Amino acid sequence: MTVTERQQLSYIAAQAADARVNLEIETEGMTLNIGPQHPATHGTLRIVAKLDGEQVVSAEPVMGYMHRGYEKLAEVRTYPQVTTLINRIDWLGSFANEVPFILAAERLMEVEAPPRAQWIRTILFELSRIANITLFLGDMAVQVGAITPVFFAFRDREHVLNQIEAATGGRFHPNFDRIGGLKDDLPAGWVAETRQAMRKIRTFCDQIEELVEGNEIFQARTRGIGVIPADIGLSYGLSGANIRASGVDWDLRRDSPCGLVHDQVDWKVWTHPDGDSFARFWVRLQETREATKIVDQLLDAIPSGPIMAKVPVIIKVPAGEAYVETENPLGVMGYYVVSKGDVYPFRVKIRSASFSNVSITPWLLKGVYVPDIITILGSLYFILGDIDR
Amino acid sequence: MSSTDTEAPEADAVDASADEAVEALVARLRITLGDALVESDADGGLVWVRVQRDAWADLANCLSHREGFGFFNFLSAIDWMPSPFGREMDSAVDNVLNAVEPGEPAATETGAAGGDTRFQLLARVNDVSTGRSVIAKADLPEDDLRAPSWVPTYPGADWHEREAWEMFGIDFDGHPGLRHLYLPGEFEGHPLRKDYPLLARRVKPWPGLVDVELMPEPGEGGDGKGGAS
Repeated sequence: MTVTERQQLSYIAAQAADARVNLEIETEGMTLNIGPQHPATHGTLRIVAKLDGEQVVSAEPVMGYMHRGYEKLAEVRTYPQVTTLINRIDWLGSFANEVPFILAAERLMEVEAPPRAQWIRTILFELSRIANITLFLGDMAVQVGAITPVFFAFRDREHVLNQIEAATGGRFHPNFDRIGGLKDDLPAGWVAETRQAMRKIRTFCDQIEELVEGNEIFQARTRGIGVIPADIGLSYGLSGANIRASGVDWDLRRDSPCGLVHDQVDWKVWTHPDGDSFARFWVRLQETREATKIVDQLLDAIPSGPIMAKVPVIIKVPAGEAYVETENPLGVMGYYVVSKGDVYPFRVKIRSASFSNVSITPWLLKGVYVPDIITILGSLYFILGDIDR
Repeated sequence: MSSTDTEAPEADAVDASADEAVEALVARLRITLGDALVESDADGGLVWVRVQRDAWADLANCLSHREGFGFFNFLSAIDWMPSPFGREMDSAVDNVLNAVEPGEPAATETGAAGGDTRFQLLARVNDVSTGRSVIAKADLPEDDLRAPSWVPTYPGADWHEREAWEMFGIDFDGHPGLRHLYLPGEFEGHPLRKDYPLLARRVKPWPGLVDVELMPEPGEGGDGKGGAS
């Protein structure tokens, strides 16, 4: 029997024992409202949990506090204007939001970005991932009561944000990707500075590993908590590190690269067999390290050449349907773009990762203890803008 | 690393075998679903299958349990009616500035794998072990907007169907509880339908256009906002 199975069984046994006790002393149910304002929700998610003693009988997330109707708004904006909206979906990794939409439009127009643009796109894509997940690594420790790591996270994320700002002009909302390439070339000295930032991020990962991962309290609070079996996770549409932590070896960067150059460098997809909160934390930690390696290798070999393909000034996208999905920091993000040959998209369906990742919570939170709600939500890692769109 | 010329024939071979795999998949689906599979289409790695509404749940069952498409990607709908508010939902001011003549709305055209009705269901599932994926479509008659639910097969469809219900007004038979997901409970209307006006846009001119019109002459000491690129 593996460690995981033992943990799962002991957890189930503990729950069963508690349920018996509850039956004997006839506890009365109560409803607990978590949020909409709660540090674990990364925005405004409300969870209505029905409790029996310390255990959750049923939990129902309530969202829409931040629904901005991007799918409707995108129908009255030109293709270049849509990127301004979709920057605000996952606001911690904004550049990564732009990429699949631009790729879908390029696909309909049958335009391909020049190699240099693809390369820089991939670098910025990975920098978004690092900026995004760095915050998770610090934040996850806060959910179990350790305050220090989050300050480290904010400190070191700044190095990455500085690089994104130096290249694009925006710390959070770059709006830098264009149909056919990128807005600008990289500034002088950027490559060397980014390498330095990557070194700092690797140091940060080591620090988090020493501070948090081996910590006894952290292990006790996350190991065996919130276990997601792979097939259930898949049927709920879980993606990204959440599903890789359940042992599913699936990463779109490796398995279906489109328009990005992840296949040109040497890197590894990390998985963890346990599927618990700890595994999700661990996979994200390894992914951040791996992303710094991807960036380092890409920086070594940026091809020269133009950064924009030839595209018309007024972008009219030929009629058709395209769907492009990429492996974003939070999971699989895709845009289903329907065009009727106009300057406006006819319909844009946004497949955001967090929406599906959070949809498993009613199943996952059943039977857990109240403090575990917070660690489970923290380990699923969602951004409210990515749920509500 | 497959950009060299010598490997190009190999890439063609991969494409050909991928096409065959798609054809085989469609053939297997046709055996199961029969005439309910209306049309299929494939383009650049994307595969569309369009089924009759009654076979919508059977399709999910078949894809999930027989074909191994275990990953539920998304479920939504498309309203194929051209917007009755003209080319876009601009306010009257914008239409004057753009010299847009009010006219008859364009004819309804549908996209990949065709379509016969205004509303069309749209869903996508993946097979994570082989990287295959299928986009499923189904036509819905306008006077009876309902479809079988995918929740028994893919539990993740729950929230997606709630979203399609409130945004398009599509009922899902067998769904455990169609409640509002994003919108407040007393909200009326279905915002993603094309005939639902985007009011903020209708009553207020598009700021960019107005700024261009009102931009001060250089040297006049304007506030400098708007129009600058």
